[in-house]
Amino acid sequence: MLSKRSLVGVRLNFHTLAVLFCLLIGTQAFAADPAIVESDEAIAAGKSIFNANCKTCHKLDQKAIGPALRGVTDRQSAEWAKKFILNSSAVIASGDEYANKLFAEYNSTVMPQHPFLSDDDLTNLLTYIEFGDKVDPAAEAAAAAAGGEGAVAAGGGIPSEYLTIIVVVLVIVLLLILIVLGLIISVLTKYINKQDLDEEEREFVQQKFDLGKVLKSDGFVVIVTALVIALVAKTAIDGLYSVGVQQGYAPTQPIAYSHALHAGTLEIQCQYCHTGVEIGRSANIPSPNICMNCHTHVQNVQGKEGVSPEIQKIYDAVDNNKPIEWVRVHNLPDLAYFNHSQHVKVGGIECQTCHGPIQEMEVVRQHSALTMGWCIDCHRQTEINSQGNEYYDKLVQLHSDSKDALKVKDIGGLECAKCHY
Amino acid sequence: MKETKKTYWKGLEQLNNDPEFVKHADREFPELPSAVGEDGSASRRDFLKVMGFSLAAASLAACEAPVRKAIPYVNKPVDINPSIPNYYASTFAVGGEYGSIVVKTREGRPIKIDGNTLSPINKGGSSAIMQASVLSLYDKQRLTGPKIAGSDADWKSVDAEVKSKLASAGAIKVVTNSLYSPSTEKAIEELNLAFGNVEVITYDPRSNYGILKAAETSYGQAMIPDYRFDKAKVIVSFGADFLGTWISPTEYSEGYTANRKVTKENPVMSRHYQFESNLSLAGANADYRTPIKASQSGLAVLALYNALAKKAGAATVSAQAVEIAHLDKAANDLWAAKGTGLVVSGSNDPNVQIVINAINDLLGANGSTVDFSNPVNFRKGDDARMSQFVNELKGGQVGAVIFYNCNPVYDHPRGAEIAEGIAKAKVSIATNGTLDETSSLVQVVAPDHHFLESWNDFEPKRGQFSLAQPTISPLFNTRQAQDSFLAWAGSSVNYYDFLRQNWEAGLFTQTETGGEFQEFWDRSLYNGVAGTASEPVALAAIADSSSAAAAVAKSYSADNAGSELVIYSKVGMGDGTFANNPWLQEMSDPITKATWDNYLTVSQKWATENGVTMFEENTQKAQVTVNGKSIIVPIMIQPGQAYGTFGLAIGYGRTKAGRAGNGVGVNAFDLLDVSKGYVQTDITAGVEVAVTGDSYKIARTQTHQTFMGRENVIQETTLAEYKEDPSAGRYKPEIYKDGEFVKPSKISLWSGHKYSQHHWGLAIDMSSCTGCGACTIACQVENNVAVVGKQEVLNRREMAWIRIDRYYSSDAPADDLEGMEKAAENPEVTFQPMMCQHCNNAPCETVCPVAATTHSTEGLNQMTYNRCIGTRYCANNCPYKVRRFNWFKYHDNKDFAVANMAQNDDLGKMVLNPDVTVRARGVMEKCSMCVQRIQAGKLDAKREKRKVQDGDINVACAEACPGGGLVFGDLNDPESRISKLLKIEETDSAMKEVGEERAYHVLEEINVSPNVWYFTKIRNKDKNEA
Repeated sequence: MLSKRSLVGVRLNFHTLAVLFCLLIGTQAFAADPAIVESDEAIAAGKSIFNANCKTCHKLDQKAIGPALRGVTDRQSAEWAKKFILNSSAVIASGDEYANKLFAEYNSTVMPQHPFLSDDDLTNLLTYIEFGDKVDPAAEAAAAAAGGEGAVAAGGGIPSEYLTIIVVVLVIVLLLILIVLGLIISVLTKYINKQDLDEEEREFVQQKFDLGKVLKSDGFVVIVTALVIALVAKTAIDGLYSVGVQQGYAPTQPIAYSHALHAGTLEIQCQYCHTGVEIGRSANIPSPNICMNCHTHVQNVQGKEGVSPEIQKIYDAVDNNKPIEWVRVHNLPDLAYFNHSQHVKVGGIECQTCHGPIQEMEVVRQHSALTMGWCIDCHRQTEINSQGNEYYDKLVQLHSDSKDALKVKDIGGLECAKCHY
Repeated sequence: MKETKKTYWKGLEQLNNDPEFVKHADREFPELPSAVGEDGSASRRDFLKVMGFSLAAASLAACEAPVRKAIPYVNKPVDINPSIPNYYASTFAVGGEYGSIVVKTREGRPIKIDGNTLSPINKGGSSAIMQASVLSLYDKQRLTGPKIAGSDADWKSVDAEVKSKLASAGAIKVVTNSLYSPSTEKAIEELNLAFGNVEVITYDPRSNYGILKAAETSYGQAMIPDYRFDKAKVIVSFGADFLGTWISPTEYSEGYTANRKVTKENPVMSRHYQFESNLSLAGANADYRTPIKASQSGLAVLALYNALAKKAGAATVSAQAVEIAHLDKAANDLWAAKGTGLVVSGSNDPNVQIVINAINDLLGANGSTVDFSNPVNFRKGDDARMSQFVNELKGGQVGAVIFYNCNPVYDHPRGAEIAEGIAKAKVSIATNGTLDETSSLVQVVAPDHHFLESWNDFEPKRGQFSLAQPTISPLFNTRQAQDSFLAWAGSSVNYYDFLRQNWEAGLFTQTETGGEFQEFWDRSLYNGVAGTASEPVALAAIADSSSAAAAVAKSYSADNAGSELVIYSKVGMGDGTFANNPWLQEMSDPITKATWDNYLTVSQKWATENGVTMFEENTQKAQVTVNGKSIIVPIMIQPGQAYGTFGLAIGYGRTKAGRAGNGVGVNAFDLLDVSKGYVQTDITAGVEVAVTGDSYKIARTQTHQTFMGRENVIQETTLAEYKEDPSAGRYKPEIYKDGEFVKPSKISLWSGHKYSQHHWGLAIDMSSCTGCGACTIACQVENNVAVVGKQEVLNRREMAWIRIDRYYSSDAPADDLEGMEKAAENPEVTFQPMMCQHCNNAPCETVCPVAATTHSTEGLNQMTYNRCIGTRYCANNCPYKVRRFNWFKYHDNKDFAVANMAQNDDLGKMVLNPDVTVRARGVMEKCSMCVQRIQAGKLDAKREKRKVQDGDINVACAEACPGGGLVFGDLNDPESRISKLLKIEETDSAMKEVGEERAYHVLEEINVSPNVWYFTKIRNKDKNEA
């Protein structure tokens, strides 16, 4: 049966696709609802709706908290899907057979209502679900391979185990050269001794290399002393500079929460839990009521039975009205003012820029040094995200003569009172 | 360099050119007190050694960073986001003060109070007390739960105890300060329904009984009219400090200054005459001020009446003649401005007030500037009934007494008798939030919530309402007093529902035409205010004033030779309710510049006669005896004090206010005279003052730092001169260079700054500044400025970022000693708010060895605490003396635990602004132009992808100012208010050319090019004279 799935991975422009669809729809009894027509704008619009409202529980091609969504308009009509999204409980209550089957299959998990979505929003969303972000297995494999190579390249060109081997080989070669040189010297000495030499020449040839004398020579002592002092000073300075710098700090948290699982595997948006990141100074550590949005239903990991002891801690917190005391990982001194929304919302900076590969961390660790030098370096290099922001218009205009891009440092980003007051 | 003819001085030491003062004036700071004890137990060197060791130890310890917790809510409320402030409209109505307020909360903690711009009464203005009241929420002195017979109890047993006792008590009296909450009155009425025989007795520590009684006699209704200073073109005040403490000073300041904002296009301003004994804030702002004796005040009012009656052709009254300067002139001006004149008196003598009513009737002020259609409901206590109640209480005729948030044992003249009588009542209950002088004597204390934790409604003026809503969950096991009343009355409804029901049945049905009550309620709660004023209608007099006038003529005299005591209240301390608030204790009094004390203000002439000298903080004590009661107070020589009169402030001498307020000053309430049936603040007979010879120190901020004879700091003129030349009074220095005289700004070592986006600036109108000091407290709250305590103020180490310099002036030349002596009797006063001037050529920036103070690309002079190493070079080099040094660690230091409450105990710290660093020991600090607010405002604009709009950002001082005397804004924005005010011609350069003739820089000749401009002070005088 020729379904639209066979088109996966085939690059077709909009018009060809539309024509193809018209043909297909005529012959297929069970294909995507005709209301759902692929278009780039609709997919883009649908994607943002999906990310904001659905992503936490659904994936396109895999089961998550809810079913994999792709093909929903094959299975049911678009009209049905829209009703279900708006108010799933009502559809279930109406006795719809398919809806009740789903409900039972997914442990009677209630899907939240979305009354704020307009009909156009829903159409866009369904378009995205059908056509958006399709994964071509071949392309994926290629991408993975390319990614792997990229990682090697990023490591400096030579993997570290090779480096060790090269060093060992080098040392061996050098030693061999040394032995060969020694042999040559002894051969030469023997040869010279056989010659007729005057006293002076004999003395010179037979003089012994006196290690003790070298060690006691002024030059050697001075060089060694200077080296030792330099080494100690460097260690001391490095040590002092690292006072209070907690890079790599990864304390044990009261709950073994894994960002690798939530942000990595499940791809939950950072902002879903860290609600303050675009509006305020603090990103906010989520309160248990946010955890409970999902964990009311998700009680264990990897399909295990019963309640996970870690998830139980959330329930205890809620039941006993006792807050969870997380250990603060990123500690800026009180004298420095940092605002997340300035960087994330205004600057458009990715979380990972400062927090590192958080989606791979089982336990959160402090990725960056968080020193003033680190802040300032970034302010020196980072360009202003001035696109479409009227606030920066005058600054951009004044800067237009310069051939360099407008950077944070150009608009006072290195001034004391930007962070200290 | 001197151009003006006037001589200005900051204190009498400077006026007298005291050699000691001259010696001190050179110094930046007074000589250092020894570092460690006087007994020589440890030398400075030892101290440094110890410091060296502890420094090393501390740095080792610092290697291990402490584990810090991050604790989110269990269930985050939707409207609270950490780091984002929320604002709630509410009402401040404590200690006789009223204001509709907006409370700023952070993470659920109230941290700042400002005026509500939607309020028709205070119109966004605030007072120092209102600003400071937020700290009282976090006062450890508050009761943490109810008490029965002095021991802790629970609410259930309190209710059981009170219910059973009230049932059999007989007459129940509820004693309160003026009650103007309609729902509270209803809640007390519930008590009456339950027990019967409940009477409400109101009194006020600062009584207006005279006005009430006079209105009753003149117009048939006991009420306080709405005085419309905003409409008054000529104001005559007999001892009413309407800008400082009289009835509704914030509202009056707003109206008064609105009429005194002079521009070239509109060169009109009101004229203000003041006749008074003490130099009050209103007197300090008056165009013509005449010091008179309290015993003459009645005759002065009669003289004005007669002068006006002559013009009107009405009957005059016979009275002893009295010579009072400017009185005839005032009469002429009033008559010329008929209908827009306003005469007020601070006297509590009903007869005087009846004559005042007659004067206002003659002037046609009744119905125009004196509005009886919208009477004021606060401070309308009934002195006579209260006095009678004290007799009943003493006589054991009172069954039960409930003190509803009032403290008469302290703040009523017959407090001692009340204290005695409480024991005679069968039941005594107080709802006071602290264990004060009164509540510590009663059987049951049922502590009320703090006003920031309460629901309530108020009717400050007839028909105009405001709501109070909780901005934080109750901190302690307290209960709203109205809930207590309802519970005792056996009602099961809570006060919130009770309040809503009242509003639904009351204001909603009266004023709304249809619609949902919920919508009306939400709107009222959001706005904080509801209802409207009615059109003023002139009230017809029902009685003539002749008998009152005759009584006045009899009871006042023109030539009283005896001493007279005039008891007043201070702007910062009010009636003493907030005595335990260190912010207010350390607030520099607008007139005397004294902190942490009350004192006897005396005239210079009396001081000379009695051999009293006052040098800087050093003074002597005096014994004041009033009809047998005597107290000992320090003396303050006060220019402008009428000879023969003495001033003394109430609000001090608390014994159970709390750690900060106990034992500060002396209690003057005891000395008030109640012999005539009302509380009389002017005591004209039986007063004796004797110098004891004991020395004393009053901590004043006034004589600290001087301006080294550069006398063009204050530039002023008169209205007449201004009309002729808008730049009158301006000093325009010129410097000789290359054969010609040029403006100082033309010569500079510096290449200047480039301000490409913003250029922040501040414009200060000295004609609009009344000196009330609201800005100083607002700054203290906003910027976590430390309180240092009396001893450190004596050491000249107060930390205020903004101070109000008060200058006296006279037209006598400085070398004419006799002339100056006379000038000190009644000088002119000018107020000048002084904060960091954010100089473009900042002298502080160039001398800092570590670049801890630098200039920003937005015109701000930045102070970086973590870089400062405390050399204090910057303070030495600052011509404005606005930098403050942290001599001690004021936070988390038990030595400052009492004074610096907001930075020491766990509870007090909740008031701190989380966006501003608490400064450590050894660093310099100063006004940052509220850079945290600037940054926040810019960020909001960036997030919304728009430009910063004028008004988005305001600094704390400007926001607090009731008179709009300070205007903050972006000088680069041609549409901003400040650009228009200053008439900035070219907005792009850093050195702005200002077109406004009144605008000047303080010390322009040194060309530090500040970003703060001052507008010349304009007085409405005929000629430039003192």
